[in-house]
Amino acid sequence: MAQIQEIQEEIVDEFNLFDDWMQRYEYMIDLGKSLPVIDEQYKTDDRIIKGCQSKVWVHAELAGDKVQFTADSDAIITKGIIAILIRAWSGQRPQDIIEANTDFIDEIGLKEHLSPTRANGLVSMIKQLKMYALAFQSQIN
Amino acid sequence: MLDIAKVRAQFPILKREVNGKPLVYFDNAATSQKPQVVIDAIVDYYSNYNANIHRGVHALSQEATDVYEAARENVRAFFNIPLAKQTLFTSGNTHSINAVASGAHVFVKEGDEVIVSAVEHHSNIVPWQMLCERVGAHLKVIPVLDNGTLDMDAYQQLLNDKTAFVVVNHVSNALGVTNPVAEIIKRAHAVNALVLIDGAQSCGHMKVDVQALDADFYTMSGHKMCGPTGIGILYGKEHLLNELPPYQGGGEMIDQVSFEKTTYAGLPHKFEAGTPNICGGIALGAAVDYLNEVGMDNIAAYEHELLVYGTEQLKKIDGITIYGDVPDKAAVISFNVSSIHPYDIGTIVDKLGIAVRTGHHCAQPVMTRFNIPGTVRASFAFYNTKEEIDVMVQAMQRAVMMLS
Repeated sequence: MAQIQEIQEEIVDEFNLFDDWMQRYEYMIDLGKSLPVIDEQYKTDDRIIKGCQSKVWVHAELAGDKVQFTADSDAIITKGIIAILIRAWSGQRPQDIIEANTDFIDEIGLKEHLSPTRANGLVSMIKQLKMYALAFQSQIN
Repeated sequence: MLDIAKVRAQFPILKREVNGKPLVYFDNAATSQKPQVVIDAIVDYYSNYNANIHRGVHALSQEATDVYEAARENVRAFFNIPLAKQTLFTSGNTHSINAVASGAHVFVKEGDEVIVSAVEHHSNIVPWQMLCERVGAHLKVIPVLDNGTLDMDAYQQLLNDKTAFVVVNHVSNALGVTNPVAEIIKRAHAVNALVLIDGAQSCGHMKVDVQALDADFYTMSGHKMCGPTGIGILYGKEHLLNELPPYQGGGEMIDQVSFEKTTYAGLPHKFEAGTPNICGGIALGAAVDYLNEVGMDNIAAYEHELLVYGTEQLKKIDGITIYGDVPDKAAVISFNVSSIHPYDIGTIVDKLGIAVRTGHHCAQPVMTRFNIPGTVRASFAFYNTKEEIDVMVQAMQRAVMMLS
């Protein structure tokens, strides 16, 4: 598995192929379709990430020393955003997820979604994924 | 008749672009834009006669007091409120409602019933829930029919001699439907219940005459009627405002203060503790002048034209469902397209320069009633145009194509 940094750069390169926002959004919507979908049994209210206008459920498991994320959302743009995050962070070691930076979101032209007041709650998603990683890290230690 | 080009020229913000596109502002139910005269009134106050009011003997204080009180008089006349002292300045509609609900234990006793409607904004639900919890009263709900109107038969059934208060909005913020408030008030009065009407969505869009309605309390929001944020109005019948205890203690609201006993000032000061939003009140006065100049009849007629046109055009989108599609409504269209999440549509059309609201509009019970996560809400004002509606419909179609 490639390092988080490499995958993030790869995603940035892919998005750079498009010259307008519409194509970027269309690509993001496509990525949403490849999201490793959360098992229905985990789509419970306590797994909903707060701060999103749409519903986002995230589940995390530790497989060996790597974190596997699955997720879903009832809005497809939100699903695309979470898919991008999970593509970079799923299958990585907890410590690497904790340390991962999120500048690549800005670089792929989705900066507006990083505002804390933005209704999609990307900031909340990032925080939640890191919280899971932190919990697993303390288990390992 | 409105001269739209002239009207639009008075709103500086309408000249700006968003995401490289001319702004199409259809979030007027959240807040209205401000004409230059209102912006000028704010600048003029701070530039030329900023002073604290009602207390100073110096010239600036006198001048600021005079303009502030003239603004109150403007607002009084605008809503046909009998007396200036019944025209209370608050920080906004939510403050107005809370000022009544927090003191309403003098009207609502243990075992009494308070009726709200199922289409209320959270700000007209929660204060009454808090009141009911405090005094041991019961909250009853007028259900909403599939077409977004209130179930008036069910309302009649809810009314009885235990009904102490009825609170309903004049226009629903989530659906735009105009409620038959005159009839609601008449029936409530028949069982000796008091009525508060939440006018956040009616003020600035239609002529409101609180005396003709016979409302006991009526609340308004300044920023939804071309005024600034942080200013609102509470109207109440004089004897009720006299009975209602003050909401906040502090300066201005007192008559005499000693550590043994404080006596309160008369109306309106009893409800205006502390230094008020002087600038906000003055600018709201300017907004009312402006609305009068444009003419409320003109505004209502033109906005209705936009509503009819917008509804007609949006219906051309395959799979659209409009909630509250009835003739008697304000220029608000709340809708979904197929099963596309409203958030997705809002995000795409924002990229195209169009400001609509998405989500539950602070009216979660309405969304639960229709079993939807939220809606897309386009709300028009008299400075909007049919051309803008065309741009929005095109943008919606583009979004639907991307998202289906």
